[in-house]
Amino acid sequence: MQNIPARTLDDLLVLEDKRMVDFIQQLINGLQIGSIYALVALGYTMVYGIVKLINFAHGDVIMIGSYVAITTIPLLAAFGAPSWLCIIASVLFCAFLGFMIEAVAYRPLRNAPRLCSIITAIGMSLFLENLAMLVFSPNPRPVPRIFSTKPIMVGGIQFTFNTLLTIIVSVSLMVAIQFFVKNSKTGRAMRAVSEDFGAAKLMGINVNRTISLTFAIGSGLAAFGSVFYSSTYPLVEPMMGSMLGLKAFIAAVLGGIGIIPGAIIGGLIMGVAESLTKAYINSQLADAVVFGILIVVLLVKPSGILGKNTKEKV
Amino acid sequence: MKKKLALLMAAVFMLSSLAAVSGCAKKDSGKILIGGLAPLTGEIAVYGNSVKNAATMAFDEINAAGGVLGKQIDYKVYDEKGDPSEAINAYNKLMDEKMVALLGDVTSKPSIAVAELAAKDGILMLTPTASAPDVTKPGSNIFRVCFLDPFQGAAMATFAANSLKAKTVAVLYNTSDDYSQGLAASFKAQAETLGLTVINYEGYGADDKDFKSQLTKIASSSPDALFVPDYYAKDALIATQARGAGITAPILGADGWDGVLTSVDASNISVLNDVYFSNHYSVQDTSEKVKAFVKNYTAKFGEAPNALAALAYDAAYMMADVLKTAGSTDSKALIKAMAAIKYEGVTGTIQYAGSGDPVKSVTIIRIVDGKYNFFDKVTPK
Repeated sequence: MQNIPARTLDDLLVLEDKRMVDFIQQLINGLQIGSIYALVALGYTMVYGIVKLINFAHGDVIMIGSYVAITTIPLLAAFGAPSWLCIIASVLFCAFLGFMIEAVAYRPLRNAPRLCSIITAIGMSLFLENLAMLVFSPNPRPVPRIFSTKPIMVGGIQFTFNTLLTIIVSVSLMVAIQFFVKNSKTGRAMRAVSEDFGAAKLMGINVNRTISLTFAIGSGLAAFGSVFYSSTYPLVEPMMGSMLGLKAFIAAVLGGIGIIPGAIIGGLIMGVAESLTKAYINSQLADAVVFGILIVVLLVKPSGILGKNTKEKV
Repeated sequence: MKKKLALLMAAVFMLSSLAAVSGCAKKDSGKILIGGLAPLTGEIAVYGNSVKNAATMAFDEINAAGGVLGKQIDYKVYDEKGDPSEAINAYNKLMDEKMVALLGDVTSKPSIAVAELAAKDGILMLTPTASAPDVTKPGSNIFRVCFLDPFQGAAMATFAANSLKAKTVAVLYNTSDDYSQGLAASFKAQAETLGLTVINYEGYGADDKDFKSQLTKIASSSPDALFVPDYYAKDALIATQARGAGITAPILGADGWDGVLTSVDASNISVLNDVYFSNHYSVQDTSEKVKAFVKNYTAKFGEAPNALAALAYDAAYMMADVLKTAGSTDSKALIKAMAAIKYEGVTGTIQYAGSGDPVKSVTIIRIVDGKYNFFDKVTPK
């Protein structure tokens, strides 16, 4: 047996340690972007669950949320208030926007064929994007600092306060929403409406109010996502919602569309897969791998990871 | 009722298409039409607008002094939104309007696309700012005012080795952009020739906003300098994330960094400290010509001219110069005059030695506390 000099063995151990640290670092990166995907995916999944509609305008609600944030921050600064209070303005505005979109674009078409609603959703998305281009100009705008982005070292792992906050707040929100839907009266109403629209109405549930609330909550969550997104990538432009919205939608489908824990799992898986692919395989293949995972999962289990195969019982 | 509605919609569509057709430009024989292409909206709008403003200012000055060949110059710019297909459409439109010469495009990718067409059409094309080598390759009728990317990339590698005393460097570039790829390659080649180690050579895609994975990798190998050859909007994001990933080394770049201060909010401006990038001129240059140009531009547009404005200003004057020399608007005569030109501009002496690429000096700019400061000048041998 070869006598490995102690120094080389130590070096090997240090290298293993370093590789471990790097891996954890990349994992944290993935969790951060994954949390944002998950927050946005929740909006898609809740809306699909309740009205079986894919709300294509959801990605653009995020974009609007970011623009509200950058408009509010200078106002807050003028009053000496901290910039993170812009979250409140963003959430309120986006919740209201979600409510308005449902009332104006989707509710009138509730009894029309599903295709009409999808086309309207696409139309609403285009409308919001072009409205933003007119009002804010198509050029990217810088975002003032919301949360600190200075690197912090904990046990050899480096991250920023921004990253930590994103992950913690997002996870808390996701847990809260799941708890809300499972245990509260309104949550029960949401589940009832998504299970059987007609029966829920017969049971005395105000379906219109329940649906509006679903849209509002979904959009409010997206607003949280948009503020964290803008804090990490401080440049807003009218088309920023399209790629993020697409990835979040895919996350929702991956986890099982219509199922809230599914959206959370889907988002986190996508974020981590993206980050690890960029780190260990090839940065150009990140998107291909992520979409590839989606294809494989859908081939094996078409209803998504947590989806149930509901068959019509005669 | 439905039929009436359908007829009404059809009538509206027909009328609006008529309106579009009648908007076609009528040729004015008393003016010389010089076509322009620039990204006036989108991620690189700062560049397009600088070029448009400076060229317009130059042509206004020329027209005020009597114009050229007894006629006024009509400079018509179309917005190509930073997209090659939009640029081609706009170019075709300008050709239909019978432009005499093309001043554009601004960035390399659309310029390469348009150059192919311009080479076939035999029209004089002068790009003030596109720096990738492939732009002038399609034909001898294509010229540029700025220096080449291979020269820029090599100059930055030399700067890293000599001025910053770097021993190891990392590169993070945009794999779907000709400008970025070319610069990354020439930087790497020169760095290796000078004996530096390129410990990371990472890439990202056109729509990427998250570079944390690549930057975490780079941070863990602790390079002495990081080279990021992309345009200012992406550079702003990369710099923010790089500092967040714990990279404290200087960040190097090329002329695409010009304008980056507009993409970073004042509260975050410290991420740009210790950024060095190569450029075509410095606002702080003390020559008479530059001082006059800076003064006039600032008075007219309310901000100091960036390097692209300076290049566009020179390009406009060069156009007028060849028109005078050629004595006509014939393309062949104009191209001949351009090949033989020797023009003293705001960005240096511009002369062509058998190709469309001039040989010029590189200015190194350093960003300190939210300001562009002149740092050094690198002259080619």
